[in-house]
Amino acid sequence: MDVNWLDANYLAWLIPVPPLISFMLIILFTGRNKVLSHSIAVGSVVLSFLMAFGVFLKATGTDDFGFHETTLRIFGDDITWMDVGLSEFKMGVAVDPLTAVMLFMVPIAMLMIFIYSVGYMGAYPDDDPHKIRYSRFFAYLSLFAGGMLTLVVADNLLLLFMGWEIMGLCSYLLIGFLFEKKSAQQAAVKAFMTTRVADVLMLVGIGYLYAEAGTLKFHEIFFANNAEIIERLGNADQTGYIGLSAASIIGLLLVIGTIGKSAQFPLHAWLPDAMEGPTPVSAMIHAAAMVSAGVYAVIRVFPLLEAGGNPHHAEYTAPLILMGVIGSITALGAAILGVGQNDIKRVLAYSTISQLGFMVAALGIGAYVAAAFHLITHAFFKALLFMSSGAVIHAMEHGEHAAEHGHGHDEHGHDEHHTHDEHAHGHGSYTWADLNAKIEHGIEAGHLQPGERTPYGTDYVGPNGELPDDAEWKTSIPQGLKPDFVAKPNNIALMGGLRHKIPVTAYAMLAGSASLVGFPLITAGFWSKDEIIADAMTFITNSGQFEGHSPWLHMLVFFSLVIAATFTAFYTTRMWLLTFWGKPRSAMAEHATLMNHVDPEELAKAQTSTKKFWLQYSNSALMQGPLVVLAFFAIFAGFVGIHGDFPVLEWFTGSHNFFHEFVGASLLHEPATVPFKIWPVLVSVLAFSIGAGFAYVKYGVPRDSYEKDPVQNMVGDPVWQALKDRFGFDTLYLATFYRGFEWFGRVFSYRKVDKETIDGILETVAVVFNNIGEAIKRFNHVIIDGVGDGIPQLIGLSGRWFRNLQSGRVQQYLLFTAVMLLAIGLFFVLRVL
Amino acid sequence: METQFSGILTGILAFPFVAAIIILFIDKEQKEVIRTIAAFATGASLILAALVFFTYDTEAARTANAGLIDSGSGLLTFQFVDKVTWIKELGVSYQLGVDGLAAPMVLLTGLASFAGVMISWGIEDRVREFMAFFLLLVAGVYGVFLSTDIFLLLFFYELAIFPMYFLIAGWGWVELREYASMKLTLYILIGSVIALVGILVLYFEAGSFFTENPDLLPATSESAYSFDFNHIQYAAQQGAFDDPQYLGLGKEVTVATFWFPFIFLGFAVLAGIFPFHNWSPDGHVAAPTAVSMIHAGVLMKLGALTAIRLGVQLLPDGARVHLPWIIFLALVNVVYGAFIAFRQRDFKYVIGFSSVSHMGLVSLGVATMNTTGMTGAGLQMFSHGVMTALFFACVGMVYDRAHTRDIPSLGGFIKKMPLVAIAFIIGGLVSMGMPGLSGFVAEFPIFVGVWRGIPELIWNNENHPEWATSLTSGGANYYGLIGIAAALGIILTAAYVLRVVGQVFFGEFDEEKFPDIPPIRIQDRVAIYMLTAWLIVLGVYPKLMSDMIESAVQPVVGLLTGSK
Repeated sequence: MDVNWLDANYLAWLIPVPPLISFMLIILFTGRNKVLSHSIAVGSVVLSFLMAFGVFLKATGTDDFGFHETTLRIFGDDITWMDVGLSEFKMGVAVDPLTAVMLFMVPIAMLMIFIYSVGYMGAYPDDDPHKIRYSRFFAYLSLFAGGMLTLVVADNLLLLFMGWEIMGLCSYLLIGFLFEKKSAQQAAVKAFMTTRVADVLMLVGIGYLYAEAGTLKFHEIFFANNAEIIERLGNADQTGYIGLSAASIIGLLLVIGTIGKSAQFPLHAWLPDAMEGPTPVSAMIHAAAMVSAGVYAVIRVFPLLEAGGNPHHAEYTAPLILMGVIGSITALGAAILGVGQNDIKRVLAYSTISQLGFMVAALGIGAYVAAAFHLITHAFFKALLFMSSGAVIHAMEHGEHAAEHGHGHDEHGHDEHHTHDEHAHGHGSYTWADLNAKIEHGIEAGHLQPGERTPYGTDYVGPNGELPDDAEWKTSIPQGLKPDFVAKPNNIALMGGLRHKIPVTAYAMLAGSASLVGFPLITAGFWSKDEIIADAMTFITNSGQFEGHSPWLHMLVFFSLVIAATFTAFYTTRMWLLTFWGKPRSAMAEHATLMNHVDPEELAKAQTSTKKFWLQYSNSALMQGPLVVLAFFAIFAGFVGIHGDFPVLEWFTGSHNFFHEFVGASLLHEPATVPFKIWPVLVSVLAFSIGAGFAYVKYGVPRDSYEKDPVQNMVGDPVWQALKDRFGFDTLYLATFYRGFEWFGRVFSYRKVDKETIDGILETVAVVFNNIGEAIKRFNHVIIDGVGDGIPQLIGLSGRWFRNLQSGRVQQYLLFTAVMLLAIGLFFVLRVL
Repeated sequence: METQFSGILTGILAFPFVAAIIILFIDKEQKEVIRTIAAFATGASLILAALVFFTYDTEAARTANAGLIDSGSGLLTFQFVDKVTWIKELGVSYQLGVDGLAAPMVLLTGLASFAGVMISWGIEDRVREFMAFFLLLVAGVYGVFLSTDIFLLLFFYELAIFPMYFLIAGWGWVELREYASMKLTLYILIGSVIALVGILVLYFEAGSFFTENPDLLPATSESAYSFDFNHIQYAAQQGAFDDPQYLGLGKEVTVATFWFPFIFLGFAVLAGIFPFHNWSPDGHVAAPTAVSMIHAGVLMKLGALTAIRLGVQLLPDGARVHLPWIIFLALVNVVYGAFIAFRQRDFKYVIGFSSVSHMGLVSLGVATMNTTGMTGAGLQMFSHGVMTALFFACVGMVYDRAHTRDIPSLGGFIKKMPLVAIAFIIGGLVSMGMPGLSGFVAEFPIFVGVWRGIPELIWNNENHPEWATSLTSGGANYYGLIGIAAALGIILTAAYVLRVVGQVFFGEFDEEKFPDIPPIRIQDRVAIYMLTAWLIVLGVYPKLMSDMIESAVQPVVGLLTGSK
């Protein structure tokens, strides 16, 4: 076959390949060489980035790219993969406008994450598990990247699902990367199982779609014969169950997949715990890949979700309602929870959940382009925020180390290589590394008091300080991390003043935070969030379009999101101020730094100043460099999607919303832009101002020590504790689902049904058969054997008896003859009578 | 009767059989010689099986079976046929052949048996007897997959069961082996005896039918009474089993509808169908490693394939009536087995119950009665066979070294046995249906097939359950809801796999408890590599096998949907 691999049609095949090859190379061959391994990984992503960027440029340079009127102009190719009766199943790749913008965002974010990882992982001491499994980390990260890119270029739901599942697996491996740490293992299992529940339902939906449509290719389903398939599936009279059309049922199942993958309520509980993985993983999961994939998938299949309805006229279909309601609840609930978190990564985790809720809610009201737009801008600023938080945590860990060893200044703090284990013991704090030791051995040694709360919960310490029955403890999956546990280096209450210690990180994070809260006009987040709110607000500003239908979902989405945006502004400002503003509130923060652990002798040996600089600052540069790049996008990526009629900026936009026009062509009927109104902009600005302003009032005051959180003072202790406990969802799920399944599996299925009923029946049958057998045995013995043995016995008996007759004694013969004659005589006499 | 003989299939059958006999004449202390002979015999069969698999002509099969595929009438064409008359008076012949369903199964048997011998290299106790029984078992299994004469098939079916009894009772886990071997043998024998009665009824019904209508006799048959598979299948097509009022049981009851459940379930006992599954986990646990591999990997497929061949293919009329409720049994299998596996403490019981769950998916696929679902069932049979053989191999290796299978007592074995851990994890990913591995390409078509459940088959027959109608609208059916319910089993699979992986292979390794963990043998490595490779290859490129299986289930679906 003559294939020009540089052609955009085939190039799409190659985009996911380099990271996948990188995964295999590192796992199979280069695991021992750390530098080579990370070079391969970074190199592979660079390759993917170049190819993806090439495809992106080709796509943007193609006139009428996407679906215009009757022409379908996209890139793609496929091969036959499997025969299963319906039709040949073809696997292929396709690039349409939506894919193209993803191909712009995903590789850039990934490349930055990879470069950052080199610095982040490199900054650990040599005997730390991060460093010991350094190469494996890059292998998993590569596989993760490969999975995401596969998902993006997939031209059908099944290939998309494959990438989706590869990422699920990688998230399991990476969240549980420090597998000695039980909380990490639990978090990994929790993440995998929660998303798995949703994934399997999604797979069922995909199966239904394939069964009904006979194909899973997006463009065949959505466009072929003027969307004939969509038309048929959307008709509840022809297809489906219980009054819902097939498209609705499929849509519901696919949306459930997204609820799991994008951590929407009620399947959100795994995501805050996913922070157990190394921070680059968090960035990967939260920004570039996994959770974005969930939203991407529903955007991808949007025509199916709205089949049979029209959200712009408030004709909502079941999947749209599900998305609108779930998205609203999630956006608002997670934003509220974000207020009560003191773990810097957990604040960001809830902000991710909340922002994904924005996108899902936006899709629920049909704001297709706005959701896609927010997906892109969110990925940039959230990757930035997470990586910044990783830098902060690193700096705090170094500070903790330095403070503990009593060195006056951070520059001298790292002459000895201590593991985190050691200094954790010194503090008596619950940093992860000594947890197992404490749980397993520490109780006898008196480190833990009876009933004392460990990060595993109090359950593990009995009234006399003993562990529960060892076997029982190990067989049941232990309780997850207590929801309100915060590791010291992550605790924003202990930070403060870090802008003087790590200024690049501080201002990069400021840019990211500004984008997240939607700082008006100059941040990407503002433009994308504004577009969602504008779309939701049409029920006020352009109510004529609903033609008499009640736009209740629009209202719900609008009010939830505006309140959520206010909370977002509040907690994000709170987080940034607590971290960087004021003065250091702990010794850790006092000594925080991102400089390397350098042996002073080695430093003295370094000849040139460049070499000296690199020895001291290599990790710092590798970590903070990507932050600067992403900060650029966090600010400027929004300008491609400004409403065409935005006042003053018209000179820039030329009355075109570039993003809308480009991505809108991914749909058969390009979605109409909402006419520009000033109200949504004012609402956005107001939400930002109230939230951020209030936070500044409360937290902007420099404080030397940290006693009680101002929010705690405002809302009272019980509410504050509820926030820290994440409204108790984690505990509830453990108590219901896990224990319930466990009970069902162990007690019901195995003991009651299998052992007692089925085996019971069997045993009853066995007993009955035994008794029957016994009866038959006796029958056999008595009757059959009686008969069988009786006949010969009788013969023998009679033989013996008759033998007695022939005794040879004449007197006896005579006697017999006399008796016989008498008897015969008697017989005849009686007969005559 | 014309005699055909290509010899390849006879070769597959003969190698283990002859080797078993040769081994009996070798001095019992010559253990290495005995093992080598066994390895050679199973290896040779494996090579021939691979030859059959790779040279099977799918297109020719489609062409030859066009009649069956299109209208459900005609004779089924097998390939690589060996055919010799055996007992002419009864219509019994020695007749071997493969179709697209049997060819992957033959390959599976080759893989599992060769891997089984490799894994058993460490057995020191009565090696001669063990290997002889093992080879006899393998020969029996091959025989069932290859026979196209029903008499021969049943002969091999029983031949495969009885060495199981001795292998488990003689070399199994001391605490359970007598109970388990007896339980297993009784369950399977009772199932097969019930089915056998049904088969004999078909034999006599077909015989009397052809005696009355000699002009309908198929060209391949010499007399009215024959055990030839095609002979009886043809009789079914001609309506030999359609007379209503069978045994005076009402106008709906025919030979086909009366006997189908007995024949299908009788064989499905061996596929572990609920509620006749309980022999299987006990049997798996009690059996020595290699026997568990054959048992779960191959023997259960033997039940499934025979149930399809002698149940669905011979009595499509019965299948149409009964599969719509048998699908509920399959559903129970899937979910129920997974639940139990989730709560087992014994490592081997987890895998044992996972087999129950996964074989439920096979039954589910068959019960869809469409090409997609049945192709999925075929793929699942192969995929599960390889996967579970790998599982039991891994469990066996851990058990041999740790001397315990109690999950909470184990931990951290990835540090000592990395290859085994990785193999187990790959197997686990297959079992939870991770895309890119063979489990996914099997489960996905099954779920699609469930959604596609053909309403015409399920609804346009008077016996469908009334209550189900109310659940559905627009001509759809309750099959889709079963698909959603069965998804729970897949979710639970992930749960128990992660649990086992986490507790056995991850976590801390206890040096004091397990001071001496010898490295795994080269033979073990061979087995692991060989099995794992298939899981990955099939997952990445399923067309390798899906095409072939599809060509074999099309005639079955043709029979089910055919002219009637």
